[in-house]
Amino acid sequence: MSVTTDTLRIKAGADWDFTQLQSAHDEIEAVALGEMGLDIYRTQIEVITAEQMLDAYSSIGLPLMYRHWSFGKRFARDESLYRHGLRSLAYEIVINSDPCIVYIMEENTMAMQTLVLAHAAFGHNHFFKNNNLFRQWTDAGGILAYMEFAKSYIARCEEKYGEAAVERLLDAAHALMSQGVSRYPRRNFSLEDEEKRAAERRAEQQRTFNDLWRTLPGQRGPARRPTDAAERRRLLGLPEENLLYFLEKKAPLLKPWQREVLRIVRHIGQYFYPQKQTKMMNEGCATYVHYKVMNRLHERGVLDDGAMLEFLHSHTSVVFQPDFDDRRYGGLNPYALGFAMMQDIERIAERPSEEDRIWFPEIAGSGDAIGHLREAWANYRDESFIRQFLSPALIRKLRLFSVFDDGQSDLTVRAIHNERGYRQIRGALADSFDVVRQEPEIEIVDVDLDGDRRLLLQHRVHSGMVLDQGDAELVLQHLATLWGYDVRLAEVDAISERVLRTHDAGAPSR
Amino acid sequence: MNIIDRRLNPQGKSLANRQRFIRRARKQILDAVREASAKNGIADAEGERIRIRGDSLREPQLHHTARAGRRTHVVPGNKDFIEGDTIPRPPSGGGRGGSEGSPDGDSEDDFHFVLSQEEFIDLFLEDLELPDLLRRQITTAEEFTPSRAGYTTSGSASNLNLVRTMRNSLSRRIALHRPRGAELSAIEAEIAALGECEADAERRRELTAELERLTRRSRRIPFIDPIDIRFNRFQNIPRPATSAVMFCLMDVSGSMTAHMKDLAKRFYKLLYLFLSRRYRNVEVVFIRHTHVAHEVDEQTFFHSTESGGTIVSTAFEEMQRILVSRFPREQWNVYAAQASDGDNMPADNAYAVSLLETAILPSCQYFAYLEVGAEEGRYGGPTELWRAYQRVAQSGHAIAIRKVNHRSQIYPVFRQLFSRDRSTREEAGQ
Repeated sequence: MSVTTDTLRIKAGADWDFTQLQSAHDEIEAVALGEMGLDIYRTQIEVITAEQMLDAYSSIGLPLMYRHWSFGKRFARDESLYRHGLRSLAYEIVINSDPCIVYIMEENTMAMQTLVLAHAAFGHNHFFKNNNLFRQWTDAGGILAYMEFAKSYIARCEEKYGEAAVERLLDAAHALMSQGVSRYPRRNFSLEDEEKRAAERRAEQQRTFNDLWRTLPGQRGPARRPTDAAERRRLLGLPEENLLYFLEKKAPLLKPWQREVLRIVRHIGQYFYPQKQTKMMNEGCATYVHYKVMNRLHERGVLDDGAMLEFLHSHTSVVFQPDFDDRRYGGLNPYALGFAMMQDIERIAERPSEEDRIWFPEIAGSGDAIGHLREAWANYRDESFIRQFLSPALIRKLRLFSVFDDGQSDLTVRAIHNERGYRQIRGALADSFDVVRQEPEIEIVDVDLDGDRRLLLQHRVHSGMVLDQGDAELVLQHLATLWGYDVRLAEVDAISERVLRTHDAGAPSR
Repeated sequence: MNIIDRRLNPQGKSLANRQRFIRRARKQILDAVREASAKNGIADAEGERIRIRGDSLREPQLHHTARAGRRTHVVPGNKDFIEGDTIPRPPSGGGRGGSEGSPDGDSEDDFHFVLSQEEFIDLFLEDLELPDLLRRQITTAEEFTPSRAGYTTSGSASNLNLVRTMRNSLSRRIALHRPRGAELSAIEAEIAALGECEADAERRRELTAELERLTRRSRRIPFIDPIDIRFNRFQNIPRPATSAVMFCLMDVSGSMTAHMKDLAKRFYKLLYLFLSRRYRNVEVVFIRHTHVAHEVDEQTFFHSTESGGTIVSTAFEEMQRILVSRFPREQWNVYAAQASDGDNMPADNAYAVSLLETAILPSCQYFAYLEVGAEEGRYGGPTELWRAYQRVAQSGHAIAIRKVNHRSQIYPVFRQLFSRDRSTREEAGQ
């Protein structure tokens, strides 16, 4: 690809136009694909206004969304905040689809548009296409068509069964959305497999038959009951962590259209699940890419000094991490941490210290920073990435420390940035990015088929973190509406197996 | 790569969601709207910032409570802590760890957003309607518009509905087995094709007889019968007068304090807003009176005081004069609202009432009398004017009389007057 530096010169504060956008894209492509070896979906860049950006916000970032009041609520709040100047809008929104859709705001200057293109159209795009979680769980090629279907299907349901009925159903489904995710690939049971399994089991029994067992005393009659219960659970596919999936397949009173709507909500929840788990890495990757690209463009003279300063100004405000005692502190900034970790990997690969050679023998000094980064972007999520790559040097730089909070007495500092603390801090930080740990672990464990068909759920409580009472009851009520019979949620301590609390919800009268 | 300019795409994609949202939060929004309207004038509400309680807008999720459990937080920016230090617990339980937060970042109970002026007034005037509007409109309307109203069997040729007519004709022809043209021509063709031999002659005779039978039949059963014919039917719908005039009558004698005028002003404003939602154009006529009445502009009406006695009938005379000269009945819907502290020269009461009954009320769609009192509400029994009007109301005229002492009563009184639910309206009128 020939580099034509004199055709494009981006100046500070300058307006953009479509030809400039196109040539900026080509310049970035030369760096990102040619030099960094990124691998991306085709991109589709869509220029939108502030109002359209608000629209996109309210429909949780998807370009097509069915109708529901909660999106109206989100829009009303965002609009109010925006109008009163309390919040500025994002420069871009990027969608994990093929072609990858990047929304950019018309207000951005040319320098900003270049930044946005490098960040979203190359950084995020590469991450979406290559990260294992996205590859495994999302279908980038099909999502837009699926949303088109979802939108029109729900609109048809509204026409047919009334807006109120659909709204009630969606309310209930949304309440269970974060429990509508499958964390492990599902095993499909087919009749053929089942029969094969049964035959194998019989053969095994025959092979290992020993008449002696029959003579053992006290193993008859009553022993059959628990096997029945176990068999029933197995047939119902229990325990099941994906509540929406279970309801869709097994709830006795739902009509076919209601099952389909649950399925839609479940699919959307599943589609966003990888994003939840890779927020920090995804932003880190995109920020690292735009930082690299912009610097290269500056070196090649595409960006003049003013534009570079404009870029640096917004870059530094994006990766700014206030200290814990700062008024602006609101948790770890995923952009800051992600970017810092990417840069740290680059440093370890290119300019390692003695310490790095001990901690990261595989990558220290290898010189192929971008290779290691691409590898990490493809195979890790936030939690495992931190567990693997958070270096002592970075812990010292950010001066991370870990604080233990038992919910009652004063907080205790458990570890600081010293030799004894590194591993503990690394572990604790990784845990705090682990979605499975941050979200309550809830499963459907049984259905009382002999009695009143009560659905039994269990929350395994770790470290005494019980559910929020008020919300739990509301959600259970929604669950009972969908299930059609009573529902009980028991909170069980994961270690002692002691039942801490139970929540009940009665079925709505029919 | 593709660049697409979406800026010109239709805006307001989220409008449907917004409507659903407003419907969902209707009750809370209504309360908030009424609260807001008590604070500031509604006519000058330029899109209202509304705060509502978040209860029915809650989107519950299963999440850990912030109040219990053992957690480890990793926090940046250590200054001088070392391992084992204790930090006093921050006051608002739970501690501000970075990694937790409410599930959707939506912890505030109160929810703020902006209603457009249109939405605001819609909600504000919801459930109100103009009393007896339709009946009066029909009797007074002079203009008509023709509108389609089904089909008829008689009419002028220009109104013939061909589709209907042909459909009837076709079904009748099928039902009566009228031979089709194709059948006849098929038989004719067969006859023509026959030769001269004996068998053919036999067949020819058969066919000729059949042809004759069919031809006769098709002559007897006409292609289009008069009973098939349908005409478009039109009905004359009276076109409602789309203009309204609102008369504001007010006593401005010395006894009317600024407070009373403020009450009256608020009432007029509501009435104006309400009427302008229902009619394309609304004219307002201000008539103030002491012992003489004048038509004045708004500024003078509300802000200048006059001295003199109080003769209500002068205002009615003035109103009638203006009605006759400027607002012919068939084109205008007339509404009148009178505000007074109830004082009138005793000798005038009888004349005022008879003027009201004979001249004013018959030409009015609606007449409201608002008796405004001092804020403290000193109560000295019903005034002369009140009693006189009460008699008029009891004799079945379209007049509503209400007493108002405080600003906060204006809106409830207004709602009573125009409530869609007739029973509450009448009950309140007693």
